[in-house]
Amino acid sequence: MNIGRRQAIKTTLMAAGSMLAMPAIMRTAALGADPIKVVGIHDASGGLDIYGKPMIACLEFAVDETNAGGGLLGREVQLTNYDPQSNIQLYTQFATQAATKDKAVVVHGGITSASREAIRPVLRRFNTLYFYNTQYEGGVCDRNCFCTGSTPAQNVQKLVPYVLEKWGKKIYIVAADYNYGQITSKWVTKYTREGGGEILAADFFPLDVTNFGPAISKIQAAKPDAVISALVGGAHVSFYRQWAAAGMKKQIPLASTTLGVGNESILLSPEEGDGIVSAFSYFQELDSPLNRAFLDKFQAKFGSKTPYLGGELAMRTYVGFNLWAEGVKRAKSIDRMPVIEALESGISLETPAGKTVLDPKTHHTTVDVFLAEVSNHGFKVLKTFPQQPPVDTASVCNLIERPNENQQYVVNVKI
Amino acid sequence: MDYAVVVALQILSGIATLVIVSLGLAVVFGMMRVINLAHGEFLMLGGYCAILAHGAGINVWISVLALPPVIVGLFGLVVERLLIRRLYGRMIDTMLATWGLSLALIGGVNMAFGNTVSGFSAPLGSFTIGRFHNSVYDMFLVLAAVVLSFSVWAVLRFTPAGLIARGTMQNSEMAAALGVAPDRVYAATFAAGAALSGLAGGLIAPLSGVVPTMGTLYIAKAFITVITGGASMVTGTLTASGLLGTVSTVGTFLTTPVLGEVGLLVVAIVLLRLLPRGITGRFLRQSL
Repeated sequence: MNIGRRQAIKTTLMAAGSMLAMPAIMRTAALGADPIKVVGIHDASGGLDIYGKPMIACLEFAVDETNAGGGLLGREVQLTNYDPQSNIQLYTQFATQAATKDKAVVVHGGITSASREAIRPVLRRFNTLYFYNTQYEGGVCDRNCFCTGSTPAQNVQKLVPYVLEKWGKKIYIVAADYNYGQITSKWVTKYTREGGGEILAADFFPLDVTNFGPAISKIQAAKPDAVISALVGGAHVSFYRQWAAAGMKKQIPLASTTLGVGNESILLSPEEGDGIVSAFSYFQELDSPLNRAFLDKFQAKFGSKTPYLGGELAMRTYVGFNLWAEGVKRAKSIDRMPVIEALESGISLETPAGKTVLDPKTHHTTVDVFLAEVSNHGFKVLKTFPQQPPVDTASVCNLIERPNENQQYVVNVKI
Repeated sequence: MDYAVVVALQILSGIATLVIVSLGLAVVFGMMRVINLAHGEFLMLGGYCAILAHGAGINVWISVLALPPVIVGLFGLVVERLLIRRLYGRMIDTMLATWGLSLALIGGVNMAFGNTVSGFSAPLGSFTIGRFHNSVYDMFLVLAAVVLSFSVWAVLRFTPAGLIARGTMQNSEMAAALGVAPDRVYAATFAAGAALSGLAGGLIAPLSGVVPTMGTLYIAKAFITVITGGASMVTGTLTASGLLGTVSTVGTFLTTPVLGEVGLLVVAIVLLRLLPRGITGRFLRQSL
């Protein structure tokens, strides 16, 4: 028989192709039919990568852990990560892609509140379930969206009284100039006034500002007892550097609603960072058996590339994925409405960050909150406030009574 | 009283920053009429030189003051030889080529070091005026701006090299007839401009941190300063920086950083409407 050259090549290629495909075929055979598609949208580059990279690592870790435990409903979870490069336009583009092309059953992502407000309407329009796993200014009321991070009633409400009691009543606010910074400043103002304190001034900075010289002089002129910062992103880290360079570290103490939520404490030298106080629903330094076990496994997966988790963003991403997975298990389905209903049935998880309870009315979470100060590139946990409910959002949002609601409530305080 | 002094010092440091980031561009654009859109990336390279050198444990002053100008100057020499030299007198083509270079540099640095802000603490500590604390490094920048401007002026005014450079820029054929090789003078001038940009990057690195896209933050300001300054290189840069730096810093003190920047742009636009050839196109015309 005469086998032609082309025929020979074709046969070889087919054989090679099926061999390459073998592991995939075997895997799907082991774990049901199609994989379950989950999309993550987090900035792996640009000014926000200090937050995005650890979040991506935690999401990958959560997915791997689930798959190693047999997947969900006997199916493998397949994760696609998109990198919007700290660019809001790319957020909407990737959200559309996740909903229409990938047909993702859930999207985890968004870091800044600006990015969340860019993709939340898109995902709602395409009926794609959305998890926002970041501490933020609170108030989002949307049945399609679950916000698993802590909000001002949980973190700012702990931070401000501590500052007022320890350092004094006169507060100066420096914040990022977009919805997070603006709204968080209002919360800081509200809690300061409730604690008998006074806001001397609030200054807002666009995300690309790196020169804080004039701001630092203005703060000194105002002579506050403490400065509370809601600065965001890599460029704003310059503030803490210039603050220390001007010798202000020993003069006026700093607290922050954002510092340490990413890896800022690693970027700053101990002279620049030590003593700055933050409050979040997680710190890597938490001393609990679950957290130690988590960190050991996390370290084992990433080895020398293990990112520092810092505050809560990365941990909330891990918890957020597991909350969704729990919803899928209870619903015995990956379809949107059954999963939402299952998630509203009162889910509670023991996590490395402590117990997390999903609140059906607001789609926010009840979490343990920790107050900590920066200490030698890490955090020293000072106080623990167990099981703090999201009372800020709960005071305005009730998705059980008004399931079709879709808006973000904003606290009404004049600075 | 002490507040007034502190505001004055901040204004000085605002002006100094403008002078430092514009001087390299003033040499390349003001003297050679080459629109170098990669100027911001030269700054960025200088910043990375400083950060990497400091990270490698080299003395902070060598990392900030010595290595960036040398390395970026040499890089400028290569760029001139490969790219700029072929495009003299073709302004639009030069813009396109240097813009391409700027994108390539951002992409390359991004691939090598990642799109992450890195930085180190400013040296020198702080000093006190009345009840105010200030960074000594800010004042060091003011000193650096003064020394740099004076050096550029002195080289152009008093040295044979400066004379040859000025002569070549004015009339390269005449200079060639007198035995000067114009292409070497151009190459040296471009390298000097690049070295100044590199030094600027090294100087601002400890204050603002470095990131591959940092050039875009500075290039617009540098061009506005140089164009507002007009034909005279050093005088123009100093007067324009003085004016624009004061406007933006005072604006920042009185209102917000955003409005400070807006004020800078408004003043520059109004000024160019009234003085289309820049400040030194009308005043101080014989200066350098």
